[in-house]
Formats: sequence, structure tokens, C-alpha cells
Amino acid sequence: MERPQPRFPEPDTQPFYEATKTHRLTYQSCNSCGTVVFFPRSHCTSCGSRDLAWRDSRGEGTIYTFSVVRLNRHPAFAPLGPYAVAYVDLDEGFRILTNIVGVNDPTTGVSVGQRVRVDWQDQESGIALPLFRPA
Amino acid sequence: MVSQKREAAIVGIYEYPKRRAPGVTALQIKAECAARALADAGLSWRDVDALYDAQDGAGMSGLGLSEYFGFKPNVIDTTAVGGSSYEFHAAHARRAIISGKAKVALLTYGSTAHSDSRAIGTGGGGMGGGAPSPLDNMQSPYGMTLIANYAMVAQRHMYQYGTTSEQLARISVATRAHAVRNPEAVQAMIDLGYQGTGEISVNDVLDSRMIADPLHLLECCMVSDGGGAVVIASPEVARDCRTKPVWILGSGEATKYSENNGDLTISAAAQSGPQAFGEAGVTAAEMDIAMIYDSFTITVLVMLEDLGFCKKGEGGRFVSEQRLHFKSPLKPALNTDGGGLSSNHPGMRGLFLLIEAARQMRGESTSQVEGARLAVAHGNGGMLATSHTGGTIILARD
Repeated sequence: MERPQPRFPEPDTQPFYEATKTHRLTYQSCNSCGTVVFFPRSHCTSCGSRDLAWRDSRGEGTIYTFSVVRLNRHPAFAPLGPYAVAYVDLDEGFRILTNIVGVNDPTTGVSVGQRVRVDWQDQESGIALPLFRPA
Repeated sequence: MVSQKREAAIVGIYEYPKRRAPGVTALQIKAECAARALADAGLSWRDVDALYDAQDGAGMSGLGLSEYFGFKPNVIDTTAVGGSSYEFHAAHARRAIISGKAKVALLTYGSTAHSDSRAIGTGGGGMGGGAPSPLDNMQSPYGMTLIANYAMVAQRHMYQYGTTSEQLARISVATRAHAVRNPEAVQAMIDLGYQGTGEISVNDVLDSRMIADPLHLLECCMVSDGGGAVVIASPEVARDCRTKPVWILGSGEATKYSENNGDLTISAAAQSGPQAFGEAGVTAAEMDIAMIYDSFTITVLVMLEDLGFCKKGEGGRFVSEQRLHFKSPLKPALNTDGGGLSSNHPGMRGLFLLIEAARQMRGESTSQVEGARLAVAHGNGGMLATSHTGGTIILARD
């Protein structure tokens, strides 16, 4: 079973997921005050301006925190075995919720402060999910 | 202690005694608890002129609940901010009473989370029904369970301050020590299939199954059925009630959410706490009782810090000292009813924080602190790592 998917129409996050189809990790910044806005919205969370620019991230960052899920009854996750959920701070200044992949044992191979790089997981619908692996 | 205004008081309380209640609805629990809390106060069904509801029972709850109960309230407040809703309601009720809009406010809660077999802590996370939302779209693909959400705060707290699982476990140990003295809590643990219902040690907690690193099973609250009611009244009404008034001296309300470059180890309590203590003219150090929402051990640790019981980052050391137990000479006694960890957690525990704090002020707790005069009830709603609310209420006896 596939993971829960983002659902559309949802105008705030639609451009973000459109960009994932070509494996581009995007975020917004305010043209009025410079604030980085993430998750995507149609206004700046610092000044209320609606003049936001979409930018491409290099996809590199640092694990801010994480947990290794040992028990999830959801059918998409139940068979996975332990997996890591994390907040990653991208170098451009935004924080994303994601999974850490590409480690043999997430219970020992993931740590706060670890450098990671985006790793795209293509979905049936054509979008891709930005997961991260050790850089 | 500065002189405090006594403008609204908790005069009636009732906690639904069962934690497994098959065949009963949330609305029925709310109505039964309402009647019993009013009777506790010596007030009648017809005295209620302000209705508070967190939308846990009837649809269009302000209207639906009025009709179901048979009330025609002058004040309706359906603030629904998760488990802290009842601290928000108590704050709003006090303001409505002070403004003269209400004299008798009723807060009720009912839930059949256990009988509905809701996997609150270990469900997929963010599996939205209803309309698509931006936040859901950014979170639901990643399998963050509710427990993992709180665990991420614990992980960061450990990284940032050196907090240990052994320190966190002490919160479970103290809470369980109180639960074994509370017959309803003991019955709850039996009814919900706890493997042991006696006191536990730090090692018991550390040896229990890891659910979401670094949180173990015995650091997680139960999922029960249950409910309760609280009646808050004006000083004029309180004077004629059959119970001793428990005064609401101050309140604070706040939100907190994940932000770019934000510090996840700081909760909404850092904003709501100073408001409440400032208004009450008291400090955390003066609190005999701390009723703090123990969804998980880390919730309590973070909120003890944010409420000012100790400095940020020193919570681990603070709970390791011989305190939290109701007989400890060091304040505060924590969650003296057994908490959400070991007594009652049907999903939104905030109401029980007010109820047990009021019991302590009335001298009626099963783990009564001798001479307790001041209590803080701090509710937490939503999810600690993503977005949550904090509601702080300061209570005092005469």
C-alpha cells in the first residue's frame, strides 16, 4: 500500500508538489521583508505581504531532530519495520518534516546534527516525496 | 504573595468514574457529569447561564449541546484547541463572569476513545478526512505518529541539554505512585489491560518496549473512555454553594508551532505561564500542586521548565530530585490523581487537571498534600512538535 498522499485541489501546496515531479525542492521567500516561508502559503507569515517568490533549494541540510517509529498501525507503515521521521533544517533556512533513509539501522544510524541530502521517492501519481539520506 | 482578586471560583466538579464505558455515548457522559457537578456545588440544572464545549459531542456544538442538555445559555463558547480546551474555557468563563455576562458556567467533556478503539498514539499521522489542507499535505506522507511527534521533542531536548531517559522515567514513577492510591485509577489500569497496576521503578520504565525513540511504553498515556464536568461561578453564587470555593486567580493562553529556526524544546507554556502567574501575583515556586498534561513524560518535563519551576534545560535535574511525590517536602506535587499516564486519558485530558487541582484545594485528593493552598493546571492541546496550544490556570483556596 502506498503512503498517504497529498490531496488536491489545495492551492498553497500545489506548486510545491508540481516541482517535485522534476525533483526540485522548492520554498518561498518574501519579496517585501525577505522572510523564508515554509510550509507553502499565499502570504508572508512575518509581514502579511502576498508578494512571495518560489526558489529552488540545493537539498542539503542538517537533522534538527528525529524519532524512530517502532509501531504504526497504518497499513502503509506497519510492514516497514523501524523507520526514522525527522525535521531537517535546509541550508536556505527552512525546516521540513521528512523521513531519513539510506541507513542500515535507523535505531543507531541517525543522529541530531547529521548532514543529509534530499533523496526523491517517486509516487504513482507522478509527484515525488523529498526524503533525505546521509550526505 | 500579593493580594489576589477572587472574582470566579470552581464550585462543582465531577470525574466520570469509568475508563471503559461500552454502550454509552460521549453526550450521555457529558450530561451525567454535568448533573453531578451541579449537584456537587448545590446548584441546579436551571442555574447554568454559560456553556463551554470543545466540540467533543454534538455537531454545531454550541447549538447541539444546548438543545441536548436543555439549556438556553446567554454565553456560548466552543473554543476547541485540543486537550487544553478546558483551561481556555476556564479562562473565558472567568472573564464572562467578571464582565457580568454570566453567573454559572458549565464545562463538560465526554469521550469513548477506548471503546471506539481509536489508535490515537500509533495511527498513521495526519490521515486527513475532510478538505485537503496545506499542513496535512506536507505532513501526512511521512508516517509521523502522535508518539513520534512528542518523541522528536524529547530527542532534541536530550541533544540540547543532556536530558536522559532515566530522568524522564521519574515522571512516570511519581505519577504511578499517585495512581495506586486512587481506586478509580487502579480500576482504569485493570480495565485497560495494564500488565501491572502497582508501583513502578525507573528500570521498569526503561525496560518497557520502545514505541518511538526515545519514548518507552510506560512514558505514554493510556487511551481510555471518560469525561467530567466543572462548574465555575461568581463570588455571589459561590458564597451559597455547598462546596468550598476554589478561586481562579489567573489564566494564560498561547499557541506554538514549528517554525524555521524555531526551538522545539520550548512550548506554549512559556507564553501562557507568565501571563497566568503575573495575573495571579504568584510564582511557580509557590505552587503546592502542579497538574500538568502528561500525555508523555517529555510533555511534563518541558512544561515544568516553561512554567518557571526551573530554568530551560534543567528539567531533567529538577525531576530527579526527590520531588513530585505528594509526600515530598519539595514542591510541587505532580499529577496527584495518577495523571494521563496511569489514571485517565480519553484524548483531551485538560478538564481532569482542573478537577484534581480543585480536589487538592478542597482537601479531597486520594494523594492529598497537607495544607495545599495553591495549584497550577496547565493543559496542552494538539501536538508538541508540530503545533500545539497551552492553557494555564492558577487556583487557590480561601
